Amino acid sequence: MSPLAFYPLAFVCIASAMGVVLSRNPVRSALSLVASLFCLAVFYVFLQAHLVAALQIIVYAGAVMVLFLFVITLLNLESDRGLGEKPVLSAIGFGAGAIVAGGLIAALSRTSLGARAVTLVPTFGTTKVLARQLFGDYLVAFELTSMLLLVAVVGAVVLAKRDGSYEGDEQEAAVPARSEEASH
Amino acid sequence: MEWLIGGIESLGVILVVLTLSALLLWVERKGSALVQNRVGANRASVLGIMPFNLGFMNTLMADPLKLFTKEDFVPANADRLGHALAPCIALFPAIVTFAAMPFGDSVSVAGRVINLQAVNLDVGLLYISALASMGVYGIVLAGWASNNRWALLGSIRGSAQMISYELAMGISLVSMILLYGTLDMQEMVRSQGKLLFGVLPAWGVFYQPVAFLILLTAGIAETKRVPFDLPECESELIAGYYTEYSGGKQACFMLSDFAEIVMVSGLVTTLFFGGWQVPYLDSNAGLSLPGMTPVALPGALITALQVGSFGVKVLFFCCLQILVRWTLPRFRYDQLMNLGWKKMMPIALLNMVATALVILLVEQGR
Repeated sequence: MSPLAFYPLAFVCIASAMGVVLSRNPVRSALSLVASLFCLAVFYVFLQAHLVAALQIIVYAGAVMVLFLFVITLLNLESDRGLGEKPVLSAIGFGAGAIVAGGLIAALSRTSLGARAVTLVPTFGTTKVLARQLFGDYLVAFELTSMLLLVAVVGAVVLAKRDGSYEGDEQEAAVPARSEEASH
Repeated sequence: MEWLIGGIESLGVILVVLTLSALLLWVERKGSALVQNRVGANRASVLGIMPFNLGFMNTLMADPLKLFTKEDFVPANADRLGHALAPCIALFPAIVTFAAMPFGDSVSVAGRVINLQAVNLDVGLLYISALASMGVYGIVLAGWASNNRWALLGSIRGSAQMISYELAMGISLVSMILLYGTLDMQEMVRSQGKLLFGVLPAWGVFYQPVAFLILLTAGIAETKRVPFDLPECESELIAGYYTEYSGGKQACFMLSDFAEIVMVSGLVTTLFFGGWQVPYLDSNAGLSLPGMTPVALPGALITALQVGSFGVKVLFFCCLQILVRWTLPRFRYDQLMNLGWKKMMPIALLNMVATALVILLVEQGR
């Protein structure tokens, strides 16, 4: 991948990922996440994984995030005022963030960043090859994952219907949100 | 060289799609006049000195001129960045999806094989459906950033409608993928070049009429025009999600609607009506009518005919969509949701299962 394409794209990707966390407005956060997911899909395209890129956009950016955004705009959530007023909470937040960051840095420092040129077979990343892997070598894992999603859908329906009354739009909207994930 | 050819093709495709979208504005005005027994746009002539009727050229120039010289008004409490980004996000997917549409067979010029398709993707169909699903963000952002209740209501309606109809659309696309056994658009068009029973061209519509109807209906719903125009619905929501837009930004929204019409037409043509295929015309053998000896034709003529055939088919479906808009009244919201979830989705699912079964039986019979 040419550095001319990589660095601007990586900048946009990281900037929008920061936007998800730093923005106080939930709609802005959600839209930043969409931008970040879109950038990741472009990375997949550059890595010759066209199918994964298309699926990334269809499933995450196209389906899951639309429903997130739908719920956010429907509930018209207030801007988050931050944790500044409660020092204990912000201390816990910063501590947890530091642990995750430390773990990521430790993991990254063990990987070698030197690029190794790999010659790809021409069929790399094509639909047929990927499907053969998914429905051949990893069939059990794949089917178990879909079972897990199905369980989540059923669970969401049961939770939403427990006392026969809806508490708000959020729960109603949460049910199609999960089934959307599973149907892909 | 590869990059240069790709770049020229991409630029050409973008220009053609944009020009066609602008042209459709005139077609819509004259078409609506035809349906409603009026004369239609006839005021834009230069001082009346045009010796022959070039009305559409003048309308083409007058409309953008009017729109882009209007004041670009941004409401006081709007989110300025979101307000400016929304029209671009709405317009972008509709234009770039055309990159994966094949508009002709591959031709060899000076020993180099040029594929008449801006980008030849292994996952062409998924690319189109992925980007088409991004268009909804423009609407959501427009409604939210305008800080206006009509706009927000319109954008919520719009996103609900687009999600609902995307499902039926996606499922009918799956049955087409099953039929062709590939995601590559060029391969799909090539496999439609054969003949059915020796007479009928093997177009997708003859195999999958149900999927065709569902895809066309869902496609019209995705363009958010009458009878599916509840997101903009001027009798209830002023102009829906683009209530607070004027000038060039509103022009972008209008253009994105027309570009989506072109996109849906291109998709329907490619999947169901043989794309660039001309019936009985083979890229190598020339014209071969059933029961007659093939007549060889020059390669350039064949290519021109094929590209022209794609263009004519796309234009036909554009006009059909405009005619639908001016013929049908708007759905009520519950009718819209019932149609999407309770009728089109189950039919599309049944169609997909039936297609899969038939394909399985045919393959086992071999």
